[in-house]
Amino acid sequence: MLWFIGRRLLQMIPVFFGATFLIYFMVFALPGDPILALFGEKTPSPAVVEQLRAQYHLDQPFIVQYLLYLKSLVTFDLGNSFSGRPIADVMAKAFPVTLRLATLAVLFEAVAGITVGLISGLRKGKFFDSSALVVSLLLISIPTFVIGFVLQYVFAVQLGWTKATVGPQAGWSELVLPAIVLASVSFAYIIRLTRTSISENMGADYVRTASSKGLTRGRVVRVHVLRNSLIPVVTFIGADFGALMVGAIVTEGIFNIPGVGGTVFQAIKQGQGPTVVSFVAVFVIIFMVANLLVDLLYAVLDPRIRYAN
Amino acid sequence: MKISRIGLSAAALLSASALVLTGCASGDGGAPAPGTSDTPGASTSTGIVTANSNEPQNPLYPANTNEVGGGKILDMVFAGLYYYDADGKAIPEVAKSVESDDATNYTVKLNDGWTFTNGEKVTASSFVDAWQYGALLSNAQLSSYFFETIDGFSYDKDSKLALNVVDDLTFTVKLSAPEADWPLRLGYSAFMPLPTEALVDGKATTAFGENPIGNGPYMLASADAWQHNVQIDLVPNPDYKGTRTVKNGGVTLKFYDNQDSAYADLQSDNLDVLDAIPASAFETFEQTLGDRAINQPSAVFQSFTIPEKLEHFGGEEGKLRRAALSMAINRPEITDVIFFKTRTPASDYTSPVIAGWSDSLAGSDVLKFNADEAKAKWAEAEKISPYTGTFTIGYNSDGGHQPWVDAVANSLKNTLGIKAEGQPYATFAELRTDVTDRKIKGAFRTGWQADYPSMFNFLGPLYATNAGSNDGDYSSPEFDALLKEGASAKSVDDATGFFQKAQEVLLQDLPAIPLWYSNVTGGFSTQVQNVKFGWNSVPLYYEITKD
Repeated sequence: MLWFIGRRLLQMIPVFFGATFLIYFMVFALPGDPILALFGEKTPSPAVVEQLRAQYHLDQPFIVQYLLYLKSLVTFDLGNSFSGRPIADVMAKAFPVTLRLATLAVLFEAVAGITVGLISGLRKGKFFDSSALVVSLLLISIPTFVIGFVLQYVFAVQLGWTKATVGPQAGWSELVLPAIVLASVSFAYIIRLTRTSISENMGADYVRTASSKGLTRGRVVRVHVLRNSLIPVVTFIGADFGALMVGAIVTEGIFNIPGVGGTVFQAIKQGQGPTVVSFVAVFVIIFMVANLLVDLLYAVLDPRIRYAN
Repeated sequence: MKISRIGLSAAALLSASALVLTGCASGDGGAPAPGTSDTPGASTSTGIVTANSNEPQNPLYPANTNEVGGGKILDMVFAGLYYYDADGKAIPEVAKSVESDDATNYTVKLNDGWTFTNGEKVTASSFVDAWQYGALLSNAQLSSYFFETIDGFSYDKDSKLALNVVDDLTFTVKLSAPEADWPLRLGYSAFMPLPTEALVDGKATTAFGENPIGNGPYMLASADAWQHNVQIDLVPNPDYKGTRTVKNGGVTLKFYDNQDSAYADLQSDNLDVLDAIPASAFETFEQTLGDRAINQPSAVFQSFTIPEKLEHFGGEEGKLRRAALSMAINRPEITDVIFFKTRTPASDYTSPVIAGWSDSLAGSDVLKFNADEAKAKWAEAEKISPYTGTFTIGYNSDGGHQPWVDAVANSLKNTLGIKAEGQPYATFAELRTDVTDRKIKGAFRTGWQADYPSMFNFLGPLYATNAGSNDGDYSSPEFDALLKEGASAKSVDDATGFFQKAQEVLLQDLPAIPLWYSNVTGGFSTQVQNVKFGWNSVPLYYEITKD
């Protein structure tokens, strides 16, 4: 087990460098001069432009820029963004907010999705199942931003139950509505995934065996069906956690949440390589850790899977 | 100044333009309120007003801020020699007088008794040191070009401006050429004074950029009042000596990436003042907000520039073709259908809120839709040399420009029977790079928002030979001469005559085809009163009352 974790951690190193290199290159290859854009419609004097280019190492060839960035990464001094703020500070402000949002979203989609999916799977073809299917189909087909604007309009503007945007602290309670919006599509997928998985397992031999042993239906469902049915769902949720953090940009925009989405979007538009790569590096780590956790969870859920040498 | 381009959506419609100017906005009814910004009888209040803004793109140094997000804050936190009232009139603030006999050598006298919020006295050196810092090449300040008309300014090497401290409250300025309306620009944030602690060893400190210490009507509520990407809290400065009397308990500027969410906040009274209605609500906001809506002719000048070197667009043939294109565009129809009357068709090269604006310049007929005349002129040009190819208008597709570019292209197609289309660039940076490097093939959209309320600012930087933002490389000795005469005229009124004549030259040559002026669109909540917008489309925050 430890060997497995160690090996996975070692594998992360090349992935990490490869990903940051690619992203850095892509930002570098973006057309347009970020320094010129700083001046808006005004055309700045070449000397001022040179000065600023040198300040952000933009006058160096790509590989030098990347190595300078790696150096700053190793020395834990990520440098400053165009606005003069240390990039480390920018990340320290943005990530906790998005982390809260994504955590709430995952909690919501997991609890609500599995519950609905379980009931649907057990009552296949009944009214509840059919309605759940219709709802999930709707959620999958409506884009997130539509759901976001509609919920915002109904609950904040019309009913006044909640504020239209998130306040300065972006606390847990304020993030509930945005989290539901963010999780809506995944919620629908989890319903379907759980439902299919449950109804398939309900007809499996080992369930019949368990039932004929005289176990109660509740015990059969809890211990035998649910546990086995959750394996694909857990995989999905694990991978989805990363996707939710990275994909929160639309939701963050609608509810004006000061998270990573908006920050990265601005940085990309402004061609701020170091800022973009710093954020992406953390995304990469989040994805890799989430995947590792999913793999480890398999062992808990399914004792047949062994991580022996 | 440029408007921050962060907006995910449609604030962007404004964005590319640079600054929105507006005249006299009065919150109640939209009728121009004449006279001063001082509303008699308006009582003071204690509520904290919330308003929308954008995260400043740069540290808050006056000379390094060229976008609205930072500019709004600086204008509240600092008091310069002048400020601009709702009509764009420059009103002396720290200045007692700014005088000159020859429009070249100016003597600036300051009022006594002003202090920064750290207790330091505002003296002549506070201004001189700040300007020297802002202009120095190696400091690479984004607004350094504001100092370019002061003698000694250089874009190539570090050099000192010809500023001279006479005594504590007096300094002199020598310009490199006569400029009668030079004092008009002194209300812009680049000209604000700095306390000594802002500059250590000649460099602006990081701490100051985070928490600027000013002398304006407001100050930062605390050392960490600027919560990045979230909001900034400003409270009245008890030691403020000027006439921008604060009538509320403070202002909190909330930063929005997305104007739609700001609008949702406004509708649910979670935001008091909004100065940019999202494009998605253009059609409905006046109905939704009723008399709390603001939509008034304002003054971002929008155009598309046709480079002088573009094939078929030079010389006599070029003049004909430019006039034909201009007359082939149905401006009122586009501003109605696409912008829902949140744009005003252009009638000159400046803006309705600038003194000297006119809708009756000689030759301004060329800006009116006239299909027959357009066809005739185009046909005449065809005789000189036939036009093949496609006429393109370059634009940045991250700024909400596509609908009107397509409409203009269709207008040209339908009227002249030529091939015309938009040429999208993914980002603003990409467009500007191609424009600056002169690599762009075809015409391209251009917008201008004045940094200070002056006709010269709409003309000089854009169309004077070799001017910094003369992206089309237009050059006309006649225009240059009139511009120079206007700049050195004895009075602003004299200058206006020359600047109008200079525009008449432009209307013949059409280096850029004027399209429309952007309106300022905004609104306010049920919680606030006395909301007026300044000449630059920024609300006059200090006037707003909230109980």
